[in-house]
Amino acid sequence: MKILAIESSGRCASAALLSDGMIKGEYTLDTGLTHSETLLPLTDSLLKGTGGEKPDVIAVSAGPGSFTGLRIGAAMVKGLADGWKAGVIAVPTLEALAYRFYGYEELICPLMDARRGQVYGGVYTFAEGNKLETLRTGGAYELKEVLEYINGIGKKVIFLGDGTDRYEEVIKEEVKVPFLIAAPHKRYQSAACVAMYAYEAGEEKVIPAQAFVPEYMRMSQAERERAEKGE
Amino acid sequence: MAGVKILAIESSCDETAAAVVEDGRKVLSNIISSQIDIHTLYGGVVPEIASRKHTERICNVVSEALNAASISLEDVDAVAVTYGPGLVGALLVGVSYAKGLAYAASKPLIGVHHIEGHICANLIDHPELEPPFLSLVVSGGHTTLVRVEDYNKMEVLGITRDDAAGEAFDKVARAIGLGYPGGPKIDKISDEGDPDAVAFPRAKVGDSVYDFSFSGLKSAVLNYLNQCRMSNVEINTADVAASFQKAAVDILCERVDLALDELGDKTFALAGGVAANKHLRAGLEEVCKKHGVKFYCPLPVYCTDNAAMIGAAAYYEYISGVRHGLDLNAMPSLRLGERI
Repeated sequence: MKILAIESSGRCASAALLSDGMIKGEYTLDTGLTHSETLLPLTDSLLKGTGGEKPDVIAVSAGPGSFTGLRIGAAMVKGLADGWKAGVIAVPTLEALAYRFYGYEELICPLMDARRGQVYGGVYTFAEGNKLETLRTGGAYELKEVLEYINGIGKKVIFLGDGTDRYEEVIKEEVKVPFLIAAPHKRYQSAACVAMYAYEAGEEKVIPAQAFVPEYMRMSQAERERAEKGE
Repeated sequence: MAGVKILAIESSCDETAAAVVEDGRKVLSNIISSQIDIHTLYGGVVPEIASRKHTERICNVVSEALNAASISLEDVDAVAVTYGPGLVGALLVGVSYAKGLAYAASKPLIGVHHIEGHICANLIDHPELEPPFLSLVVSGGHTTLVRVEDYNKMEVLGITRDDAAGEAFDKVARAIGLGYPGGPKIDKISDEGDPDAVAFPRAKVGDSVYDFSFSGLKSAVLNYLNQCRMSNVEINTADVAASFQKAAVDILCERVDLALDELGDKTFALAGGVAANKHLRAGLEEVCKKHGVKFYCPLPVYCTDNAAMIGAAAYYEYISGVRHGLDLNAMPSLRLGERI
């Protein structure tokens, strides 16, 4: 199975190609240009550089993340899938981030800046057999809540994600267990992780492109305000 | 070049649309998935919700368009998409999808200006209509007087300095309790009102004869309503709607009248969502008649946002060799006549 993976939930635009369980290539750019300008040219370079064959499945980082980034990825993936008549695998972004530390026994805590004083985060670890185990389901949380949970478990933890850039000081102050903040080359989203996750999820997770919707983990502001008013 | 089939996609505001158009004039399919019911709950288009809905619906809308045209993606000669102007998040869905589709299916990609699309809606089913002609685009986001020199050459004569005409219709409709969308509701209730009941101003823009201004008119309506309420005068909604609409139509007709006088064009084409307004159509038809000018207006289904008009405009880009790259971006403030 040839899997093209697309990651556009955060700052980096990233694409990777996995074939027969091996990563054949990965391109990641953090140029400050919009994903709309970079993502498809970068995917084109990747495919040309890896033999130019069309993939069987497209894996996409489904969210949470930047609403606009997620949608650029989602819409492009849907177009590609319809053009190639390929299926799609939706990969939860936080779990794909946890794949940065595949096989680690420590707690793995991806944190993405969700603005409005919150983070998108979750707590994971790799149990026996290199299986990702979810200790705290991915969601929009107050950072404090996540850190208290980690302190309560009392194991060593690895933090990663762009949330660690913004909240480094808070982490250093509040975390009472041994911890590590991932180095920049392993800190952010990567399409290779999305590809690996999809590869392990397997063919039974393939859905038609039209059935894929990003996982925003948040309502739009207008919907929230309307719900608060109880309309 | 004959038999050119273009798959066109439009998602600049709150309609997710796809169409297949042959040779720029013949619509093989025209699918529109409207979100109006959702946005009505909020009294106007919510950009984030619009973008989410486009993402959910785009695959189905495109496959319906191909099915309804009884063709497959392989039979398509090019993929066209609106890349501006409009809501950036909404545009990005169509642009990203179209780029992915065109790339994977190895088809040329053509980005189309939304307003050029509206103007080109007049070409549909009108094989005899050819540039040059004068056009007025009136919608919820745009009020633009354009001279169409050639298919790919548009000269803007006048634009609105503040609110678009359709925006003024929506705001006034909300103020008099008609709700959203305002245009059709004001059009309808005006039939029962007296257009001369209230004298609202017809603003001119000092330094430009062709530019429009609607915010003064809108404020005048709001002030009138406030005054009535403060002095306990009963408000006749139909009279206010009819008087406002008359003023708005007069503003639009006056500019067209002047332009036809000055430029001597023999053809005029109305376009945009507000073109469905029967009082505006009647007013402009009269102006055209006075000048001996042939009046064109698309069918109502091609007046509001749709993808068939994008396919019509894209054909002339296609035959003149326009192709866009994989880095095509959404351009929320793309100017008319601008090419990237």
